[in-house]
Amino acid sequence: MKKNTAMKNKSARAVKGAKGRCGCGGAEERCWGRGAERIERVFGELAKVKEKAFIPFVTAGDPSLEVTEELILKMEAAGADIIELGIPFSDPMADGPTIQASSERALLQGVTIKKVLTLVKKVRRKSGIPIVLFGYYNPMFAYGLGKFAAEAKSAGVDGVLVVDLPPEESGELEVELRAAGLALVFLLTPVSDEKRMRLVAKKGSGFIYFVSLTGVTGARVKMKAHVAEHIKELRKYTKLPIGVGFGVSSPSQAAAIGAHADGVIVGSAIIDIIAKTSNKRKVLTEVGKFVASLKAVLRP
Amino acid sequence: MKRQPDKLGHYGPYGGRYISETLMPAVIELEEAYKHWKKDPDFIKELAYYFKEYVGRPTPLYLAERLSEKVGGARIYLKREDLCHTGAHKINNTIGQILLARRMGKTRIIAETGAGQHGVATATVAAMFGFPCEVYMGSEDIERQAPNVFRMKLLGTKVRSVTSGSCTLKDAMNEAIRDWVTNVRNTFYIIGSVAGPHPYPMIVRDFQAVIGREARAQIKSITGALPDLLVACVGGGSNAMGLFYPFLNDKSVAMRGVEAAGEGIRTGRHAASITAGTPGVLHGSKTYLLQDRYGQIRHTHSVSAGLDYPGVGPEHSYLHDTGRVEYTTITDKEALKAFRELTLEEGIIPALESSHALAYAMKAAAKMDKKSTIIVNLSGRGDKDLDTVSGYFKDALEKNS
Repeated sequence: MKKNTAMKNKSARAVKGAKGRCGCGGAEERCWGRGAERIERVFGELAKVKEKAFIPFVTAGDPSLEVTEELILKMEAAGADIIELGIPFSDPMADGPTIQASSERALLQGVTIKKVLTLVKKVRRKSGIPIVLFGYYNPMFAYGLGKFAAEAKSAGVDGVLVVDLPPEESGELEVELRAAGLALVFLLTPVSDEKRMRLVAKKGSGFIYFVSLTGVTGARVKMKAHVAEHIKELRKYTKLPIGVGFGVSSPSQAAAIGAHADGVIVGSAIIDIIAKTSNKRKVLTEVGKFVASLKAVLRP
Repeated sequence: MKRQPDKLGHYGPYGGRYISETLMPAVIELEEAYKHWKKDPDFIKELAYYFKEYVGRPTPLYLAERLSEKVGGARIYLKREDLCHTGAHKINNTIGQILLARRMGKTRIIAETGAGQHGVATATVAAMFGFPCEVYMGSEDIERQAPNVFRMKLLGTKVRSVTSGSCTLKDAMNEAIRDWVTNVRNTFYIIGSVAGPHPYPMIVRDFQAVIGREARAQIKSITGALPDLLVACVGGGSNAMGLFYPFLNDKSVAMRGVEAAGEGIRTGRHAASITAGTPGVLHGSKTYLLQDRYGQIRHTHSVSAGLDYPGVGPEHSYLHDTGRVEYTTITDKEALKAFRELTLEEGIIPALESSHALAYAMKAAAKMDKKSTIIVNLSGRGDKDLDTVSGYFKDALEKNS
C-alpha cells in the first residue's frame, strides 16, 4: 500500500472503495456492509495489506456520552479499526479497578443501554467504523434480548461481547443476534482446552477475543510470552480473526502481540488517560496520540 | 419432584453458569471432581468423621418449651446449628469443600464472607488442613462484625477489605471472583452459600443437607411424625436449603424461607430478593435479584450482615416459582425482638440471621394448634452480633444494672 501524508493516520479500512449500505450516511468511501460481515471484512482487508487491527475500548458515558462520541471519531481518525464500546454495569466482576471506576463514573452519568444505542446512532451519521458492544449479561437481559438485538441493529451496532456469558448459556441471545445479523464475540483464555476452543470456534462470529492472561482487565507492565503459542494452537480450530486483549498498555506490547494476532485490544490504558485528564480537549488529543502510537506499530 | 439441577446446573429457568470464560475450566473441573468423590467410600467416611469429631454433629433438635408456651401454639423445635464448631452451620460446607480441594491438589484457599461466619469457618478448616487462606470481606461488614475479623486473623487468614460498591457481601464476592480468575490454576474458591455458578449451589446444598437429614430422623424419633412446618432464614440461602432439601418430597411438610425486610419492604431498604426482586443474572447464576429496571444491582440493607445480599440461591428461586416453599419477610425490628425473646426465655443467644427465622416461627406458631410442630433452623449463635445489638438494647441493659 502506498502511503501519503493524507492517509498516514488512516487504516486500510477507510481508504478505498465505494459508498453503500453500511449506514454511515455516506461518510465512508466504500461500503463495508453491516454486523458480523462488516467486522470480518475489516479484518480481511487489513490482512491483504499485512496490517493488524487496532481495537480500542472505551466505556460509553465516561466522562460523558458527548465526549465518548467525539472520542470514537478521534480514535478512528488516529487509526482505530474497530471500536469496543463498554456498557457500564454495577458489578463488573471481570474487570480490574480501572474499568470498574470507569463503569461507576458512567453510571453516575445515568448511562443506560438505550442511551448507548442513541450514541451509536449519532456516531453512524459520521462514521462506518465497526462497533462492538462490550458488557455484562444482566443489563441486556433486563432490557429484553429481542428488543436489545433489534434496536442495536437499527442503531448500527455490529457485534456484541458479553463477558459473563459463555457459549453454554448464550443460546437465547445468539438466536436474537443472528436474526439481526450481528456478531457474537466470545472469549478464550490461556486455560481454555481443545474442547472449549472448538466450542467457541463453532459458536462465535466476527472475531475471537483471546484473553492474554488469567486475570481481570487492567494495564500490566509485563506480557506473558505464551500468547504466540496459544494463537498458533487456536488457529487449528478456527478461521475467524483473533484479537488479543487484557493487560496490553504500550506500543512494544502491542507490537509483540501484533506479530501473531490479527488485532490488538487496548482498554484500561486508554481509560487511565481519560480518568486523569480533566480538560475535554486534552482528553481527545491525548487519547488520539496514544491510539496513533499503538496503531503505528501494527502497520507493515 | 424432579431431581434438580439438570446437567448444566439449571433449576428450572434458574442457575447455570454465567461466568468469564477463564473460570469455565475451573468449574467444570470442580464438577467432575465432585461427581467422582461424592461416591468415593473414603471421601464419605472422612466427611462423616470430621462432621462427628470436629464439627460436633449431630447437633441437637431442642424443644423450646418456654418459648412455645409463651407463644401459645405449635411446639417450636430448634435445630441447634449454633452449637457447631465455630458457631454456625457454615462449617458443614467448608469441611466438605476443603476435602475436595485437597483431593484436587489445590494449594490455596479463598472465600468471601458477609457476617464473617463463612469466613471463620473457611479460616478454621484452612488452618486445620494447613492451607494459606485469604478471605474477602466488605469494609462495612468488617466494621460491624469485628470479632469475626479478629478470629479469622488469629486463625492465620488474611482478611482483604473490599471498598468497592456497597462494601458488603456482594462486593466481597466480586473481589473473590477477581482473585479466582487471576489465580485459577492453584486456587480453590470455597463459596459459602447455595449461590454462584454450577456446581456450587448443588455442592453447598448437598453438604448442608446433613442438617435436614438429621432433623428429619430426630423429629420422627421424638414425636413419631414429620413436622408440620420448617422455617429458616434466607440470605443466599444455604442453611434453608440444607434444612429443606431432605423434606422436599414430604408433601405434608410446609416450608417458609424468611428474607430480611430491613427497615420495611416499602422503604426500599431491605434485602428481600425473592419477595421484592425480579429474575436476573449475578455472580454466575440466573436467580431473583434486587435490581433497578436497567439491570443494575441495588444496594441492600439488613441489620444482619449475613442476609445483606441482593441475590439468592437459584434453587430457592425455583422452589418459589413452583410454590413448594413459601418466602416471607421479617423486619430488623421483629428480628431484634425475637433475638431478645429467645435469649430471655431459653438462654440461647441466636445470630441475627437466625432471629429472622425465629420471629416468623413465633408468629406462625401462635396461629397453629398445640399438636403441631415447627422446626426452626437456629443457624448460628449471636456472639458476633453483640456489638450491633448493644446499640439497640441500651435502655434495657441499663434497667437491669
